Amino acid sequence: MTALIELRGARAKLGGREVLTGVDMRLERGEIVTIVGPNGSGKSTLMRVIIGAVPLQGGSLTKAPGLRIGYVPQKLQIDPTLPLSVRRFLSLPARVSDGAAAEALDHVGGAGLEGRQMADLSGGQFQRVLLARALLRRPDLLILDEATQGLDQPGSARFYRLIEQLRQELGCAVLMVSHELHVVMAASDRVLCLNGHVCCEGAPEHVASAPEYRALFGSGTQGALALYRHQHDHDHGAGCDHDHDHDPAHHHQEGHTDA
Amino acid sequence: MLDDFLVRAALAGLGVGLAAAPLGCLVVWRRMAYFGDATAHAAILGVALSLAFDMSIFTGVLVVALSMALLVSTLSGRGYAMDTLLGVMAHSAIAFGLVAVSFVSGVRIDLMAYLFGDILAVGKSDLLVIWGGAALVLGLLCWRWQALLTATLNPDLARASGIDPERERLVLTLALALVVAVAIKVVGTLLIAAMLLIPAAAARPFARTPEAMALVAAVFGAVSALGGLQASLWFDTPTGPSVVCLAAVIFLGASLVDVLRRAAQGGGSQAK
Ligand SMILES: Nc1ncnc2c1ncn2[C@@H]1O[C@H](COP(=O)(O)OP(=O)(O)OP(=O)(O)O)[C@@H](O)[C@H]1O
Ligand SMILES: [Mg+2]
Repeated sequence: MTALIELRGARAKLGGREVLTGVDMRLERGEIVTIVGPNGSGKSTLMRVIIGAVPLQGGSLTKAPGLRIGYVPQKLQIDPTLPLSVRRFLSLPARVSDGAAAEALDHVGGAGLEGRQMADLSGGQFQRVLLARALLRRPDLLILDEATQGLDQPGSARFYRLIEQLRQELGCAVLMVSHELHVVMAASDRVLCLNGHVCCEGAPEHVASAPEYRALFGSGTQGALALYRHQHDHDHGAGCDHDHDHDPAHHHQEGHTDA
Repeated sequence: MLDDFLVRAALAGLGVGLAAAPLGCLVVWRRMAYFGDATAHAAILGVALSLAFDMSIFTGVLVVALSMALLVSTLSGRGYAMDTLLGVMAHSAIAFGLVAVSFVSGVRIDLMAYLFGDILAVGKSDLLVIWGGAALVLGLLCWRWQALLTATLNPDLARASGIDPERERLVLTLALALVVAVAIKVVGTLLIAAMLLIPAAAARPFARTPEAMALVAAVFGAVSALGGLQASLWFDTPTGPSVVCLAAVIFLGASLVDVLRRAAQGGGSQAK
């Protein structure tokens, strides 16, 4: 079976700067792959290369013939002068029946939103509607660029369960970008750590303990990441150099209570 | 019936109003207001060229408006700030146009007629051009509507669905140039942008879908055209500006209704 997507040495420039400097990756059918990486590391650019919005400067991108992509962008600014109901939005660019629209909304936990204006939705509802629209194309590949932004924690946990469930029902592959490292790791088959190029990839546990990954996320990420590592320390008992990361966080908290 | 100059004027205004409305909506949604201006101002240069080379005004204006629109489209992808670029283009185009007109010797040109239009002088062949152009623009927009709308919403969403946003922008540019070329006789270059924008802006508060907004804008455009013509007869005012004045009054009324409605809603929810 051929890969859905294969990138070899893909290079891309934005605003005169080389953002992707040789990305190699392969995505198989039905796989859930997560891209992690610091801000500005080219994650969104990579997604845009795959949908064909950013031209390659070098290397190659091969897509399976007839590949249908459902795309949820990181940002979608709807101009306030554009009146757009949820129902109408779901019918872009291909018109869908009322039944199909209702079913897609129901699927993502957004039943009954049809009549609302896109501009009036809450952040979480908006993300759900974006996902519903992406599903309506019956995609072979779902591309989600930080799709859980604006969702509360239970909401994003539900979201990842939904992704898993959708993969089973629709058999689609999922390529997603996320900063919620602890949740993402649990939800994906494979993790790619990106910083202009793929610095490391593999099963979540493997990536989390890779030195390249540590180099990128090792310091200054006391929050969710420390929590994640904490849990994993107990599971695997691997690596003692984490205490380093915890210390500044504690100092920080003490500083706050003193003040 | 077409022998009556008033009937011809009414039909001409109606044609322009109907074609400009949905196009104007796209222009508003894409924040291209100045794009319409720039294209329209370039039309004066088109008038000068058509007189110099003995072409029909329609052809000259179409060619210049189209080149201008394409030039702006291309340059805007090269990192220039769009508003600056359009300002430069719009004003220099009209200046070059006026200078060029002064070079065309032998022909006395009624410049006012091109700046403000001369709807009462519309002839049968003009009507044919206007309605032909309007039908072409409406057909083009209907055909590309879904793709245009998706590309307007977000170019990346369009790409992911296999729509080329650049091509859609080209379609829009073409339609814009066409409307400018057919409308120059009716409202003139200074007011074409107004006919694009004002009915669309006035329609916004009354619409919940893009199509509804285009329809309401078309109604407002038609009412402005016919009402403005009538008003110019009653008050003996210049017709093109009267049409735009009426559109502006409608916009004001629509905004008022919107403000009042919002206030009523706000009050309602506070009372709960
Ligand atoms: N339209 C653009 N023009 C010029 N440079 C851009 C453009 N979009 C992104 N960049 C630059 O490309 C780099 C990669 O951006 P990208 O959006 O891919 O990062 P990211 O990994 O998605 O970051 P984040 O986690 O903040 O979403 C950044 O340095 C950014 O400044
Ligand atoms: Mg991003």
